[in-house]
Amino acid sequence: MFSSTKFNFIIPIISVILGLVAGAIIMLIFGYNPILGYQALWNGVFDSPFFMSETVNRITPYILTGLAIAFAFRTGLFNIGAEGQVLVGWVAAVWVGTAIDAPAFIHLPLALLAAAAAGALWAFIPGILKAKLGVHEVIVSIMMNYIALHITNYLIRSVLTDNQETTEPVKQTASLTNDFLIGLTGSRLHLGFIVALLMVLVMWVILERTKLGYELKAVGYNQHASNYAGMKVERNIVISMLISGLFAGLAGAMQGLGSFGNAFTNTAFSNLGFDGIAVALLGGNNPFGVVLSASLFGFLKVGSLNMSTAGVPNEIIEIVIALIILFVASGFIIRWALLQLKKGEKK
Amino acid sequence: MENYVIEMLNIRKEFPGIVANDNITLQVKKGEIHALLGENGAGKSTLMNVLFGLYQPEKGEIRVDGKKVEINDPNVANRLGIGMVHQHFMLIDTFTVAQNIVLGSEPKKGIKIDMKKAVREVQELSDRYGLQVDATAKISDISVGMQQRVEILKTLYRGANVVILDEPTAVLTPQEIKELIVILKTLIKEGKSIILITHKLKEIMEVCDRCTVIRKGQGIGTVEVSETNPNDLASLMVGREIRFSTEKKPAEPKETILSIEGLTVQDSRHVDMVKELDLDIRAGEIVGIAGVDGNGQTELIEAITGLRKKSAGKVTLKNQDITNMPVRAITESGVSHIPQDRHKLGLVLDYSIGENIVLQTYYQKPYSTGGFLSFKRIFDKAKALIEEYDVRTPSHLSKARTLSGGNQQKAIIGREIDRNPDLLIAAQPTRGLDVGAIEFIHKRLIEQRDQGKAVLLVSFELDEILNVSDRIAVMFDGKIIATVNPKETNEQELGLLMAGSKLEKEGAQN
Repeated sequence: MFSSTKFNFIIPIISVILGLVAGAIIMLIFGYNPILGYQALWNGVFDSPFFMSETVNRITPYILTGLAIAFAFRTGLFNIGAEGQVLVGWVAAVWVGTAIDAPAFIHLPLALLAAAAAGALWAFIPGILKAKLGVHEVIVSIMMNYIALHITNYLIRSVLTDNQETTEPVKQTASLTNDFLIGLTGSRLHLGFIVALLMVLVMWVILERTKLGYELKAVGYNQHASNYAGMKVERNIVISMLISGLFAGLAGAMQGLGSFGNAFTNTAFSNLGFDGIAVALLGGNNPFGVVLSASLFGFLKVGSLNMSTAGVPNEIIEIVIALIILFVASGFIIRWALLQLKKGEKK
Repeated sequence: MENYVIEMLNIRKEFPGIVANDNITLQVKKGEIHALLGENGAGKSTLMNVLFGLYQPEKGEIRVDGKKVEINDPNVANRLGIGMVHQHFMLIDTFTVAQNIVLGSEPKKGIKIDMKKAVREVQELSDRYGLQVDATAKISDISVGMQQRVEILKTLYRGANVVILDEPTAVLTPQEIKELIVILKTLIKEGKSIILITHKLKEIMEVCDRCTVIRKGQGIGTVEVSETNPNDLASLMVGREIRFSTEKKPAEPKETILSIEGLTVQDSRHVDMVKELDLDIRAGEIVGIAGVDGNGQTELIEAITGLRKKSAGKVTLKNQDITNMPVRAITESGVSHIPQDRHKLGLVLDYSIGENIVLQTYYQKPYSTGGFLSFKRIFDKAKALIEEYDVRTPSHLSKARTLSGGNQQKAIIGREIDRNPDLLIAAQPTRGLDVGAIEFIHKRLIEQRDQGKAVLLVSFELDEILNVSDRIAVMFDGKIIATVNPKETNEQELGLLMAGSKLEKEGAQN
């Protein structure tokens, strides 16, 4: 028999393999060479330190939005509002990064803090509405996404700039970029990945080692029993959302203080928050799993840009990602198939 | 050769890793009520599912009326005249009785369902077996006992000769149980045979002709009920001696621990479920609350423990007013609560049994320091309680979900007693458990009493109330309508009181 932890590990791996195989079959059907296609994908990342660094920059916010979704999931909530939380975090970080003069050791942490606080605030609203009035967090957080999109656009146009679409770059004292890393790779590789990895540890410690995590998970599993045990169910729902939003807000800071170094108006969502759902799902809602799945996502997204050199349209990777998620989501079938195989061996 | 209607010979059914049925033989005579007795998890349901065609046995054969048959589908079982009444009813609430019964084999007139004919047939059937079911009533409007009869009718309508009843009395009131027994006897008179799955020995003694006992998947044997007694049956089932009326010294009540005055509690529909109730419980006594389900017992307990708001009244614990305290403060002031619904309230099923052991104490030293948990200390505690309370689990890391009901309950009881409360509230502490576990739990409750704790026991089982309590408070319609001494009363009297009739006997308001 497989234990359930083993399944948690095996199913994502099988899903990735199946997704890539299915992608290859699709390439074959449409007359592309899958070997050349995947080779280009690989080379697109690993051929140059520049693209490897770009990949890391891509992975960093994925880790954070993945953590945001995973944390909410583990405590029984579905934070579909990470998208909006990223946007408000992004703008808050840039705001602090452009408007204040301070030494780096104050300025950068302050900008990160602003992003975390903005994201947390954005998640607080669906949290408190769920806790007090029982309004489903999915509905509220979807609406909060749109509010975030339009409010941040307004702030950029009318407050941060004078009718511009792009803000000033953040001051060097608030930037995550680092001359040494830039010199080494020639890319915009920034220090955000350290923040992201730190948050991975934070999530793990909170959930697995603290009194708070014990309560949050208990409330997620069984509100009645938590109430019976004397826990404050409503407060815990709000705290879960706050922590989740904090991670998503920091993802915005990675973009605003690192990869882009500014904020700009958006006509549509960045998809970082929505992709975070897929990252969390593939990572089994485990903080370390999230690092692996975010890495895969970053790798696929950056590498796919190079696939056109092999004559393969890079949209194929979107299909592969979608298929991977489909396979993970139908993990039940994979589990069943594995058990059948096992049975077959015995007979 | 005996005239057997059903024979299951040397049945063996394996699941990955376990043998659920090993060489079990069950032979049911025509026109008898045959009990299938065994502890929780002994393999009763598996055996019946084999008979009903839901599982295929690895070994053994099934004969119906002496002919060997292959039952690979419940439809085949139906065709062979085997019907099953499950513990959880399979009825559509918004349909009428007749609609439910004909569902799947509707009488037709052209392409239309001939509802008139259906109603007539169902009514005839009901009258013939004395079931007193109104064929045109809606399921949602009739009582649980009546719903069960609809299930029985459903099997009869489909031509069942053998009716399997899975724990039929678990959901019934004492009165309904009596009525069910009459119905079962009528069925037998009409030539049907019945297999009764149960672990209630009293019922077997009262109504069954023969009894097949299984223990841990093994067939132990079949006995004539007239030649046995509950003690022997219990030892057969559990494999050791069982004492029923738990021995106890007379109570020595001391100071009042819990005092309830004028308590009124509403349920979620804002209906008063507890009405100006007064009750005192003293140290060193067990007060049993007898009553039919739904007379406010659940709301009373929820109000005492702080889970439900009180609309009026006062609750005092050791002279401390706990009326408006939150759950945690009440817990900390010395109340332990073994909840009625262990899955909903008592356990976080997806937490390990070790994590569940500290459900109310996780935030206290030594388990938590500065916000960080010490799993070593938590698990040390868990291991000690698992040992002391004989919780059978592969490990303290096993999820609570994976334990059997009895072991889940032992874990909860261990946790609640270990907190060393002044007041121990036990709501239906033995529901769904077998005699071995029941004996264990009763002993623990009495042990707590002897240590000077106040114990409040709520149960729908009269046996339990009579056996364990030192004082019985009968609850009806939100009030305590009588307080009686268990030594001076009997099931008959209690049954009447529970139905709301006033007690005329002197000294009753003791």
